[in-house]
Amino acid sequence: VYCVSKKTINNGKMTLFNNSIKTSKYNFFTFLPLNLFEQFQRIANAYFLFLLILQLIPQISSLAWFTTVVPLVLVLAVSGVKDAIDDFNRHKSDKHVNNRPVQVLINGMLKEQKWMNVQVGDIIKLENNNFVTADLLLLSSSEPHSLTYIETAELDGETNLKVKQALTVTAELGEDLQKLTEFNGEVRCEAPNNKLDKFTGTLTLRGEKYALDNEKMLLRGCTIRNTEWCFGLVIYAGPDTKLMQNSGKTTFKRTSIDRLMNVLVLVIFAFLGLMCLILAIGNGIWEHDKGYYFQVYLPWAEGVNSASYSGFLMFWSYVIILNTVVPISLYVSVEIIRLGNSFYIDWDRKMYYPLNDTPAQARTTTLNEELGQIRYIFSDKTGTLTQNIMCFNKCSINGKSYGISSGMGRESELSKAEKVDFSYNPLADPKFAFYDRSLVEAVRLNDVPAHRFFRLLSLCHTVMPEEKKEGNLVYQAQSPDEGALVTAARNFGFVFRARTPETITVVEMGETKIYKLLAILDFNNVRKRMSVIVRSPEGDLTLYCKGADTILYELLHPSCNSLKEETTEHLNEFAGEGLRTLVVAYKSLEEDYFQDWIRRHHEASTALEGREEKLSELYEEIEKDLMLLGATAIEDKLQDGVPQTIETLAKANIKIWVLTGDKQETAMNIGYSCNLLNDDMEDVFVIEGSTSDDVLNELRKKMKPDSFLDSDEINIQFEKSSKKQIIIPDEQANGVYGLVITGHSLAYALEGNLELELVRTACMCKVVICCRVTPLQKAQVVELVKKYKKAVTLAIGDGANDVSMIKTAHIGVGISGQEGMQAVLSSDFSFAQFRYLQRLLLVHGRWSYIRMCKFLKYFFYKNFAFTLVHFWYGFFSGFSAQTVYDEWFITLYNLVYTSLPVLGMSLFDQDVDDRWSMLFPQLYVPGQQNLYFNKVVFVKCMLQGIYSSLILFFIPYGAMYNTVRSDGKAIADYQSFALMAQTCLLIVVSVQIGLDTSYWTVVNQFFIWGSLSVYFAITFTMYSDGMYLIFTASFPFIGTARNTLSQPNVWLAIFLSIALCVLPVVGFRFLKAQLKPTPSDKVRRNYLIKPEILLSMAWARWGAALHRLGSAWSVSPGQELATAIVPSKKHRNPSGGGSVEPQALNTSLLH
Amino acid sequence: GKKNYKADGHPSGGVGVPGGGAVGGGGGGAVKTRKPDNTAFKQQRLPAWQPILTAGTVLPAFFIIGLIFIPIGIGIFVTSNNIREYEIDYTGTEPSSPCNKCLNVSWDSTPPCTCTINFTLEHSFESNVFMYYGLSNFYQNHRRYVKSRDDSQLNGDNSSLLNPSKECEPYRTNEDKPIAPCGAIANSMFNDTLELYRIDNDTRTPITLIKKGIAWWTDKNVKFRNPTGDGNNLTALFQGTTKPVNWPKPVYMLDSEPDNNGFINEDFIVWMRTAALPTFRKLYRLIERKNNLQPTLQAGKYSLDIAYNYPVHSFDGRKRMILSTISWMGGKNPFLGIAYITVGSICFFLGVVLLIIHHKYGNRNTSADIPN
Repeated sequence: VYCVSKKTINNGKMTLFNNSIKTSKYNFFTFLPLNLFEQFQRIANAYFLFLLILQLIPQISSLAWFTTVVPLVLVLAVSGVKDAIDDFNRHKSDKHVNNRPVQVLINGMLKEQKWMNVQVGDIIKLENNNFVTADLLLLSSSEPHSLTYIETAELDGETNLKVKQALTVTAELGEDLQKLTEFNGEVRCEAPNNKLDKFTGTLTLRGEKYALDNEKMLLRGCTIRNTEWCFGLVIYAGPDTKLMQNSGKTTFKRTSIDRLMNVLVLVIFAFLGLMCLILAIGNGIWEHDKGYYFQVYLPWAEGVNSASYSGFLMFWSYVIILNTVVPISLYVSVEIIRLGNSFYIDWDRKMYYPLNDTPAQARTTTLNEELGQIRYIFSDKTGTLTQNIMCFNKCSINGKSYGISSGMGRESELSKAEKVDFSYNPLADPKFAFYDRSLVEAVRLNDVPAHRFFRLLSLCHTVMPEEKKEGNLVYQAQSPDEGALVTAARNFGFVFRARTPETITVVEMGETKIYKLLAILDFNNVRKRMSVIVRSPEGDLTLYCKGADTILYELLHPSCNSLKEETTEHLNEFAGEGLRTLVVAYKSLEEDYFQDWIRRHHEASTALEGREEKLSELYEEIEKDLMLLGATAIEDKLQDGVPQTIETLAKANIKIWVLTGDKQETAMNIGYSCNLLNDDMEDVFVIEGSTSDDVLNELRKKMKPDSFLDSDEINIQFEKSSKKQIIIPDEQANGVYGLVITGHSLAYALEGNLELELVRTACMCKVVICCRVTPLQKAQVVELVKKYKKAVTLAIGDGANDVSMIKTAHIGVGISGQEGMQAVLSSDFSFAQFRYLQRLLLVHGRWSYIRMCKFLKYFFYKNFAFTLVHFWYGFFSGFSAQTVYDEWFITLYNLVYTSLPVLGMSLFDQDVDDRWSMLFPQLYVPGQQNLYFNKVVFVKCMLQGIYSSLILFFIPYGAMYNTVRSDGKAIADYQSFALMAQTCLLIVVSVQIGLDTSYWTVVNQFFIWGSLSVYFAITFTMYSDGMYLIFTASFPFIGTARNTLSQPNVWLAIFLSIALCVLPVVGFRFLKAQLKPTPSDKVRRNYLIKPEILLSMAWARWGAALHRLGSAWSVSPGQELATAIVPSKKHRNPSGGGSVEPQALNTSLLH
Repeated sequence: GKKNYKADGHPSGGVGVPGGGAVGGGGGGAVKTRKPDNTAFKQQRLPAWQPILTAGTVLPAFFIIGLIFIPIGIGIFVTSNNIREYEIDYTGTEPSSPCNKCLNVSWDSTPPCTCTINFTLEHSFESNVFMYYGLSNFYQNHRRYVKSRDDSQLNGDNSSLLNPSKECEPYRTNEDKPIAPCGAIANSMFNDTLELYRIDNDTRTPITLIKKGIAWWTDKNVKFRNPTGDGNNLTALFQGTTKPVNWPKPVYMLDSEPDNNGFINEDFIVWMRTAALPTFRKLYRLIERKNNLQPTLQAGKYSLDIAYNYPVHSFDGRKRMILSTISWMGGKNPFLGIAYITVGSICFFLGVVLLIIHHKYGNRNTSADIPN
């Protein structure tokens, strides 16, 4: 390769890859061994392999090989085929990607090459709409100032255009192939890593060093947009690219049911071992007492010379027979159920948001049932509770406040105010609304501070303008706040029109001015401010800065003190209304000082080590003694239905913690407006500053004085258990409290030894709001609750700053909204609006949980009932590991006869329908308390299974003991007994599933009746003459079905078994529903019997919801409830009819 | 009962957006949206029957089941009680028993040890009488015993005849010759001979015992077949095989009638249908009712002649001879009748208890106090 640029990698020896990628796992020859190896790493599969090996030992083999092989092969084949298809697709896409063409500069000529042949150091040419081949250093492009626009949807999911710019020195190369060929530089860069937003490197060209950062990089996975062509130098190729480095393994989340299931499987294994031991000992004794003498007719097996050895062998034989207590189909079925229930989430029209055409999405398909067990929700505020559509709403300029807030229920006030007319400004954005004329007048009267204020807003930002048609400006903003501010400036006559790396074009009151952009001091979470340094056409050097008030107030010149006070007042007022505020300031710069500063800035920005620290030092140096200009207030409207959702979730006993980066006042105000905090609360505590544990103690003293007594249960528990494993139980405070804690105090509490105290206090409160928290703190808080409360947590957020918390919580939910896709990409479930959360939890979560619990209960029951019959038979067959059933029945029982009905139940069952789930959030509580499936329930299933197995053995036993057929011939033979027992069993478990199914759809009917019919069909087929004559050795049961099932006493025994197995369950359930009805029992009974109740209930709730809504809007913190808005009946029912269709009412109510 | 069919409840309209209002349901547009389909299946609105356990369904169910089970039980019980059954244990363990002398008989004792047991029938047996032999403590259901046979051989497969399955070990070959029929089941075939005489004024009248028609039709005609080959001479067909170790004579000499000889000998077939439990009875002979005027077996004295060939004493086994009539539901078995009566009564009783509980406690919950 004639590449003229060189690349050295910092850490010595490192192989450089070419650009081909390989995401596939197998090839044609390695597939079978590798895939099988992987599959047998799963414990369940390995267990069945072990069983299979046992079965191959002739002395032990108690079942034909096919009983294990058929299910195992089926399971292996299904997952094998799935893996094969996946891998085939990966092969295909690898091949497709690797063979994409790209133009590579070779020998001064552009030659078409395949992607996979591109190597580090190559210079390649990309054209509009091309995918970026590898991680490239942008050299030059067709656009002015060698700008290149890219879309990063494939990389991070964000769809707004981003701009990259080449170094001036490389931009000169243009598309001159000769120059490009002669380009000879040295790039030094960091080792490949997965940080998408960071790159550090230097380019040495003709002895000069130039700094390289992320702004000059085109990453693989991006698409070139609005750019005719560009040239790039390959820095990282193939697996080294950031895209490929990012496609690492994801951490698997497991549900609590999963963990419980693993424990139970171990318990079952122990139980299995115990049963086998008992039977083995029994066999030893039997062989000693009876078998030894029975040798006249049945000699001991070859090699067996003592009763104890026979017992030992029989232990393993029984392991084989009784293995069906843990059937392989359990795991497969669980996966299928979860997948099915995930599809329902994807398909739900009530979680589809038409405005941006977004359906809900279950991105992880293995966590559904945990959605029904959530106890804590951690929510982001901006973009999650609010729309994240920012409107410039108010401002304070030079101590004067402008603007009337819209929204928040003040429609009366609004309607009086007139929308300001911006028609004097041809470039104004027609969608922008402002309601205070005085500000326009101030601008038109050339008020200097007002002009400076809007000039600042039009200059100090990172927004990209797009002007496809003359005068039709569209702003591409990465943060909606910035977009709102720039749009405001535009409407007031300071139109930001164009941007180049070195200039900003602004149309100021109709006059086009070009500012030289000298430096951008960018925003980050620590600095919480950004600045620009510009030179005006008149030659003035000015620094414009905007940022958070707390930060900026420290940087102001002392001369602004009086203005500062006035502005503070306004800021508090704005924040009190729930507006997001920013403070803006400026500073004129001296020419000499600036020249010195910019030189140092250049040095610092080309440094390879400690670049960021050096830069931030420089930034701090210049951003001081600022002159205060004023403040902006941006409104972020609440999303639809947030207060109702929060109220519903609170009724479902879910605690909601809001974790936000906003400041305390804003956060609290949002808290009030979305009904988290309200005046019914005893008190709302605010913890700020580095308050010590005394405060927390004090709070607890107030909420629950008893909790300090030594006699308090929890204190006793703390004493006993070691610090690490403490689980704080739920405590009831003596009232409803709210807690607001700032990030600062939180950091203090997390660092110190106050974790426990914090969690204990916070969990006594109904609502916790953490404000000013960093992304890391968000994750820490979630971790804290996970650790000390052992509760199922859910984190919901929309921005990159929520990713860590989404990943930490048991369930992460991403809101696909304004702030890019990063939260969604790392989430388990995603949808567009916060209010869909109640449907996700109360409907889908609840159903998934109940279905999974019902499934597990039934599944364990049916396998216990099935397997334990062998145990009882052992006592009557000399503990010889003789099976009760036909081997074919054993093979097909779990696979064919009983799999579909239980799957049908687990996919379709609804104890109450979605409307009732939402109307009665209390129905959610049993899930949180883990009531439907836990160890106790499991033991109950086991006992029921044992009882059923006793019935299923002893009823056929009694019915055929010493008796004969109605024609005098034999019926007490083994084959008839087997058929009778298995028919009893199958009918009993089918009736049981019928009893468990509370929602009989056509599919359920079909599955249950179908399975029974299939059983009889298969049985009669397998026991037919034809099958016997063809496969004599495999189907010895010939004629049994015909001869036995025609006997009346067989059917009498079957009905007796059904009655004995099912009636106690019916009686027990009926009694339970009578004496201790669950909420779901009550709802079911009442609603199925008296549907008209729905109507009245709906009325009541509708009224209450509006009532609360009204109070939330009209009451600010601390105030008494002024008027309760109870809508009149007419208002509620526009059609005017006396009776309203309940469904219609609910559909409108529940959205 | 309270059963409701839930109709498709939700109107098919789109998602309402309160406040927004700008966007309609969306559905009909030409633009392809990602809006999920509005099918009952995908929206989980499939019409369904939702049964619930209410007092109105559960209590009547208990009563009705009780009321059905009790009469059935009584019917079965009476039927079972009307069956005549007579049983003699002829093992001979008691020293006073006539068969005591044969207790330690061995397989190959010739001539066979014989003994006679006299007994009296108190009641006459009106309809057809079935004669069974019963064995106790005999584990025909032991796993190794159950599988110790070769169904292909018994089905007349010639290659299996000469090369029996490994399952038959250790009764697969004897002196390098394949055993026909092989296996432990065949080897241990019951070979006592039972003969019944009516004693009328000291004259012994033999009672005709029919030995055909005692096996399942499918067994006799499908499952068991003699080997095929040239001619019908069973001796030739079984050429190259040897008799089971315990047997006195080969399989082709079990009976003189060709359609009851070899593998299709009915005594053999009956034995080969292994019992489910260690105590069992197998049909031995039929006694048909001659005419309508006389009962099949009159009340009176009878004697049972036993050719005692089958040793069971070594493992504490017992042997019985049973004479029984049968009913529509088979042989005498009081269990089902008693079970039905008991279950029916318990059901009825539970129904009453549940009714009381429902009256006492149920009402306070049935009111419309839905939690909210």
